[in-house]
Amino acid sequence: MSNHYNNRGRAGETEQMAQPQCLKVFIPRDYSEGTVVKFKNSFPPELEGRLEKQAFESTINRLNAYFAEAEKATCSTYCEGCLACLTAYLVYLCRETHYDKCLKKVSKFIAEQNERIYEPRGLKLTDPSLRGLRVLEISCLDRPPNA
Amino acid sequence: MTLLRSNLPDLCRTHVSGTNMTMAQDHVTRKWEIFQGRNKFYCSGRFMTAPNAGVFLLTVFLITGTCTLFFIFDCKYLAENVTVAIPIIGAFLFLFTMSSLLRTSLSDPGIIPRATSEEAAYVEKQIEVTNSANSPTYRPPPRTKEVLIKGQTIKLKYCFTCKLFRPPRASHCSICDNCVDRFDHHCPWVGNCVGRRNYRFFYMFIISLAFLAVFIFACAVAHLILMTREDKQFLEAVKESPPSVIVAVICFFSVWSILGLAGFHTYLTTSNQTTNEDIKGSFTGKRGQESFNPYSRGNVCLNCFHILCGPVTPSLIDRRGIVTECYRLEICQTTTEAPVPLANYGLKTQNGPNHITMNSTELPGIYRQTTEITESNAGSVTHLVSSEHPLAVAPALQRLSEDSSSHYKSQPSLNHSPVYNNVLPTVQIMSKSRSYAENMNNVEQSKTAVDDDLHLDPVILRESHMLAQINEKAKYPELKMDNDLTVSEKENNLMSASRLKLLQDTTMIESALDLDSLEDSSVGANSQAGLMKVLV
Repeated sequence: MSNHYNNRGRAGETEQMAQPQCLKVFIPRDYSEGTVVKFKNSFPPELEGRLEKQAFESTINRLNAYFAEAEKATCSTYCEGCLACLTAYLVYLCRETHYDKCLKKVSKFIAEQNERIYEPRGLKLTDPSLRGLRVLEISCLDRPPNA
Repeated sequence: MTLLRSNLPDLCRTHVSGTNMTMAQDHVTRKWEIFQGRNKFYCSGRFMTAPNAGVFLLTVFLITGTCTLFFIFDCKYLAENVTVAIPIIGAFLFLFTMSSLLRTSLSDPGIIPRATSEEAAYVEKQIEVTNSANSPTYRPPPRTKEVLIKGQTIKLKYCFTCKLFRPPRASHCSICDNCVDRFDHHCPWVGNCVGRRNYRFFYMFIISLAFLAVFIFACAVAHLILMTREDKQFLEAVKESPPSVIVAVICFFSVWSILGLAGFHTYLTTSNQTTNEDIKGSFTGKRGQESFNPYSRGNVCLNCFHILCGPVTPSLIDRRGIVTECYRLEICQTTTEAPVPLANYGLKTQNGPNHITMNSTELPGIYRQTTEITESNAGSVTHLVSSEHPLAVAPALQRLSEDSSSHYKSQPSLNHSPVYNNVLPTVQIMSKSRSYAENMNNVEQSKTAVDDDLHLDPVILRESHMLAQINEKAKYPELKMDNDLTVSEKENNLMSASRLKLLQDTTMIESALDLDSLEDSSVGANSQAGLMKVLV
């Protein structure tokens, strides 16, 4: 199987390949409240001295708040679900769900945080939806992977 | 290991630069084209199904065929003689059923994308156990992780294919080769996994299909009966409209299983469980502990609402997304790096039965070995004992894992490489004697309630365990099992393992359903097939 994927075409990748990889820190999910998306806000030791603890925690907390809003069981989401059910789920073809809207907010928030806090410190957050909402990836752009 | 890993990007680089020249392409590659599971995609990634969609086509054919016959023959008559509402209701039910069926089959069930190589490496580093350099054996890192969800301990297992600790409620579908969030089951009839994202569609499909089947059956029978009212014999009526009979027969035979399934899934929905959890009995409080469903929202209505109308999680695999070079790079590394950690732990394949043994790596060597040798005979129970490591032992082991390697070294007989091979004969004897002793205990035990608190058990169990231990000690005096544990700890160790076994013996559910392998549904297709037989 691996060969199969390796043999697929990859054009113009040389410059990407040449780029050195960097140290990446992964913030895992916090499952203490069930399966809602929530990231652990324990400060990773790898980022010691590069990022203030408060900044990190406020990012995580706000991120968690966004996801809590996305998964919160409110009347409007229930109505949305009922409506979808009554229309035999055809409404999803033409209407964005509440969750999708929240994810867009998350992407915006990540971009904003990157610009304001993380990039000046040589760090970069990756949108968790690109990582399957499983981890929050923080890359230290100027550090080699084995540092 | 680090040495090997650092070489990999180079290998990858040379490999890719080789293909670079030959495969320059113009069109945009989307992510579904390089998707790593076995799913099939249609309409440039808009729809997806499991690899074998044959049974799904049969389902579609059966439903549409029966409905067509019904609309042509029965509906016409009933609309003329009874009411026009019948075709309208029939059409509505049919459309609703087909819409939910197609939604279930063609959408993403909630596949969890595989970890990138960097994430996998990071996780490896986090769970790594310190091995002293000159110890004769390599101690692999633990492959399970325990988390507390609302006070309930839930075990997360490491998925070797996806290289991640599966989130709670997720499971690996061996047919689609993906981890699926809130995995319910793989349903061949709808030709897809049923998971977090499409469970509501699946449920509505089952419910509407139950209504449709009952409705059509009733209409077909009504048609026949009305015809006999018009001074015709029943047989004449049958001769006049044979399609009604066919429709009635098809509905009659299918309606029972559909109704049963609808009832079962209603129960699951109201209690917020998945089929997977229900069969495994995750929340039934076996092992003598208080066990409850931490995902339940507290009452039946809220559970139903949340499952059927709650927020829909978006698809995480982004199958229509455009493949960027970064993304390709990640995938490339993932696939090349995959064998490295496995080779280090002495695993032969990724999907072999070794998965089971890997789960028990936190256990002392003896248990670990048991799973391998008893595979042929009634091993499923011993599997359970060994793969579900006793909670009481785990912390002790973890505490002692650091210095255990040096202990091995100090044992001259263990210093030669096949340490665990020495243990082989003992284990078989031990497990046999243990199970014998326990069978005796079972008789006594069955008199008492099965689910009583376990404080009573030790009185009975202790003797048998002393027996087993003595037995074993007599055979291999030089091999002190768990040499770094005290006697009481050892006893504890054996006892809690046997408690597990005892409870599982008495309930019997796992062994009957071969659920040990079900729990690692990535392991084999056999167990999955078993599940499929049970469900739908």
